[in-house]
Amino acid sequence: MNFLSKENGILSWLLTGDHKRIAMLYLFSITFFFFIGGALAGLIRLELLTPQADLMATDTYNKVFTMHGVIMIFFFLVPSVPATIGNFLIPMMVGAKDLALPKINLLSWYLYMAAGILALYTMATGGVDTGWTFTTPLSTHYVNNNVLTTGLAVFIAGFSSIFTGLNFIVTIHKMRCPGMTWFKLPLFVWSNYAASILMVLGTPVLAITIVLIALERTTHIGVFDPANGGDPILFQHLFWFYSHPAVYIMILPGMGVVSEVISTFSRKRVFGYTAVAFSSVAIAIFGFFVWAHHMFIMGISNYSVIVFSLLTMLVAVPSAIKIFNWTFTLYKGSITFETPMLYAFGFMGLFTIGGMTGIFLGTSGTDIHLTETYFIVAHFHFVMVGGMLMAFLSGVHFWWPKMTGRMYPEKISQLAAVVTFIGFNFTFFPQFILGTLGMPRRYASYPPEFQVLNVFSTAGASILGVGYLLPVLYLTWSLKYGEIAGNNPWQATGLEWQTQSPPLTENFPVTPIMDHDVYDYEWLESQKAKEVASV
Amino acid sequence: MTTNGSKARKQKRLRVSDSTANPHGAPQAEGHAHHAHPPYLRHHFESVEQQADTTNFAMWLFLLTEIMFFGGLFTAYLIYRNWYYPAFVAASHQLNIFWGTLNTLLLISSSFTMAMGVWCAETRKQSGLVLCLILTFILGLGFLGIKTIEYSEKIEKHHVPGFHYSLNSFLNPDSDEAAKAAGDKPLPLDMARHTEVYFSLYFAMTGMHAVHMIIGIAILGFMIFRARAGAYTTGHVTFVENFGLYWHFVDIVWIFLFPLLYLISRHAN
Amino acid sequence: MSHISPVLWQFLVKWMTDFSLFPPEASKIAPQMDALYFFMVLVSVIGLTIVILLVTTFSILYNKERHPVAVQIEGSTLLEATWTIIPLGLFLIMFVWGALIYFRVYNPPANSMNIYVVGKQWMWKAEHPGGQHEINALHVPTGRAIQLTLISQDVFHSFSIPAFRVKREAIPGRYTTVWFEPTVPGTYHLFCTQYCGTEHSHMIGEVVVLTPKDYQKWLDSSTSGMSLAQNGERLFASLSCAACHNTRPDARGPSLANVYGAKLALSSGGTVLADDAYLREAILNPSQHVTQGYAPIMPTYQGQVSEEGVISLVEYIKNLNSDYRIQQTTNTTDLLPEGEGKAVPAVTAPAKPGMVKQ
Repeated sequence: MNFLSKENGILSWLLTGDHKRIAMLYLFSITFFFFIGGALAGLIRLELLTPQADLMATDTYNKVFTMHGVIMIFFFLVPSVPATIGNFLIPMMVGAKDLALPKINLLSWYLYMAAGILALYTMATGGVDTGWTFTTPLSTHYVNNNVLTTGLAVFIAGFSSIFTGLNFIVTIHKMRCPGMTWFKLPLFVWSNYAASILMVLGTPVLAITIVLIALERTTHIGVFDPANGGDPILFQHLFWFYSHPAVYIMILPGMGVVSEVISTFSRKRVFGYTAVAFSSVAIAIFGFFVWAHHMFIMGISNYSVIVFSLLTMLVAVPSAIKIFNWTFTLYKGSITFETPMLYAFGFMGLFTIGGMTGIFLGTSGTDIHLTETYFIVAHFHFVMVGGMLMAFLSGVHFWWPKMTGRMYPEKISQLAAVVTFIGFNFTFFPQFILGTLGMPRRYASYPPEFQVLNVFSTAGASILGVGYLLPVLYLTWSLKYGEIAGNNPWQATGLEWQTQSPPLTENFPVTPIMDHDVYDYEWLESQKAKEVASV
Repeated sequence: MTTNGSKARKQKRLRVSDSTANPHGAPQAEGHAHHAHPPYLRHHFESVEQQADTTNFAMWLFLLTEIMFFGGLFTAYLIYRNWYYPAFVAASHQLNIFWGTLNTLLLISSSFTMAMGVWCAETRKQSGLVLCLILTFILGLGFLGIKTIEYSEKIEKHHVPGFHYSLNSFLNPDSDEAAKAAGDKPLPLDMARHTEVYFSLYFAMTGMHAVHMIIGIAILGFMIFRARAGAYTTGHVTFVENFGLYWHFVDIVWIFLFPLLYLISRHAN
Repeated sequence: MSHISPVLWQFLVKWMTDFSLFPPEASKIAPQMDALYFFMVLVSVIGLTIVILLVTTFSILYNKERHPVAVQIEGSTLLEATWTIIPLGLFLIMFVWGALIYFRVYNPPANSMNIYVVGKQWMWKAEHPGGQHEINALHVPTGRAIQLTLISQDVFHSFSIPAFRVKREAIPGRYTTVWFEPTVPGTYHLFCTQYCGTEHSHMIGEVVVLTPKDYQKWLDSSTSGMSLAQNGERLFASLSCAACHNTRPDARGPSLANVYGAKLALSSGGTVLADDAYLREAILNPSQHVTQGYAPIMPTYQGQVSEEGVISLVEYIKNLNSDYRIQQTTNTTDLLPEGEGKAVPAVTAPAKPGMVKQ
């Protein structure tokens, strides 16, 4: 008897309050939207094979990259780890029976689905071509299409995100089991907690910004329109005030996954646990103060630029700390290279590159040359795809046995990880060079001397696509034919691994008591010894 | 809470199921005889205290998100008031102080009646609770009614941005009662145009506030029915308490909106 | 060779011949920015190498077969401090270096030659002070500091010259500036880099850098006859600006002679530097920019004059270096008393070589 077999029928899924079922619902919907966003990416890369805008009308191309951005950010990256892995695991990791507010959790999924359907409707009825950044006055006065429906979709998805974050914060504060002090929480919980703070405080500002755009579009009031005394730079400030913390919302949960995976597959507690925990919170806090580094060339005062550039340097330091802490977790460990570990290694390398190139952009002098070019595109794809998406895949593989009770096939999944890594580098590394050469973003056509690098990039994208398709295939296969996983196939220390796979609906038969340390491998050994002795 | 046989079971089928729906294996109607906990304790909580504490914390956190939500509008207001102060003064004089003050009094009173309602729930005074909720409901409706009067006045005078917006009251203050009473001088054309920004913010801010009021009043209506059935006076007061927090928040937002929008430079000339 | 498809062959040829990894350096600031860029590349490569080396070494040394029992280590404050302070130190070096370059790029020297650029969907219009107009092109001489004053007529655009390493947003409603000094003659890419709608990818052009001699030849051959300041003078008259801004003692507006670059006391109490942005604002939103001692009666010209018109007016005012110059303007036009109605330009003044202030 487990949470999957407990009740059957479609209503038992659609009206569930069980955080684990909601996590599975999210997993399916997120995967669906990922492949839609991915198909749009494929179209972009196909167009960019040739210097002319010859595959589709420039109008269509603009719509394709806009929808690619909107779907990937709001319907994949933001909810990816929190709504699937976080939903499933946070109650278990703190020793609770469910999240604090199960109905809000289900509402959060329904809001996500409503927003997603609205986004699909937008695509079906002609799309929107403002870029995901909705820059005014372009989005308010100069485009004739579905800005309002897209804005509404993002607005609703934002509330989905707020409710998830709210649920996490309340759960982590109020529902920890006896003995579970803050510093015995797994680092995955710390990372999601930090991300939840950002979700809860940042997303409402995006919501009101969308409301203002909607008002300006429908009534032609002049909040952002210079002809009416408004200021388009105000929009930039309001938009980036959310959208910068949003990138930390996207990456922090992934960093949490990496902490868990590296610890488990080196059989060691994470080096510098406290430093990593505080780094997560520091990234969240500092993340609120750097938004204008997206606006360095927009005519804000030189002094603002200095302040924001300095703060950007500060926010980069905790991420660097984490990379080194993970590296030293390997020191004197006992390391194996299962698929989650391979993805985690991929994360470390690619996130380091992505993060360092963030420094190139946060340094005001070099940002002048590199901003608004493919350097930016490469930077954020390195951190988001090379970083976050790899962490997501790492987490899905790591907790797959816990969620489904089945093991995934190891060899093919390791192959997929390597294929993804190779494809990724081929796709996005040439884009750094293109950016330095000056190739602008959001261009359907480009000077012919940029073609060679673009061809490399597209070739890489085709390999990358294979790397992403394989997991969908073999993970689905494993649901029926995968080896049965026990409670703890990885011999990991978290509370979730001390109970059956898949878990009971109420997670634990008896409320656990956290009488040992987090990442306490010695305790785990003693538990095993007890089991053996009792046989 | 009345749970009776088949009707309860049918209702149960469509309710969002607990994470621990039916952990005991026995049908609900037998009433958890072997557990000494109230029926309103959700099974993922260990105790009533934890449930109350948790939901309370959740409501405070939600209100924090609401502060961030309104914050964007307040930021825009601060910036534009700083840039276009004369336009903001003239436009603010178009608002009716009498209605604004009355609305403020209505809302503060409704917060009082709401707080009394929470006290009644906590001390299990059912009729008191119902009365307080009804009073709060009526005061809330009164607020919205006055807002309707104010909005229709704006519509009549063509002070709605984007819909035949008229600069007349600001270019010729003598032609307008409110402007004349405030002793306003005529604004130059470019500054008069900026009054439209003031009104956009006025409608956005009071409109967003009104949306929150409408939601609150709808929930109040629901609560009145449930209170009459005794739902909140058997010890399970968290819903009333948390709604009280929400209602007080909506009140506080108005207490900021009132001086910012109505009271710009209103000293006697 | 016939076995290789023509498409693939074309690709390979291009790879060998038309393939660059780095943009040309064609301005004075370019090598300075590149120095910082390469420093950052170096630091990144070293950092990445350290991480990869450590991860690889640990993975080999502490492989489960080789090292079956893990040693539980809490952490090390010394190491934490090291890898906090060293990266922070490096980032701060980059920050300071970058800030210096940033200030250099956006603070033009006093003697720079100003060219106005107006961006609109989907073209760039460059206006030289001598009256030369260019579309999607910009001719500049080497060895001179060139300042661009940018504005957009509609949405955000961004003027980017990768070879010069400069880029600046063109915003509707206000001027932005950037400057550079070209060093190598040649033709370089000009891109719009802020997404601005359907034809954003085609809002591109050429920057042509010429030696000073060739530049002078180009100037002489492409003049349209009227400099920006002359056009501004025409507008000044036709919009009746001189009705108030003249040199009469009872004038209702301040004299604009030498106002550019001066510190003005405003009636609202502050002082302001009368630069391009101020002049533009004073024309479009005059009631907030009233000079002390004058009544706030200037009407706004928003909607009556285009951005190019404003540029011409600003250029004219910039070159008003004497009261005599203003009198020339008023004398070449007939004004009805008390500024009633529009002025009728009696004769458009013939181009006088000395009119544009050097």
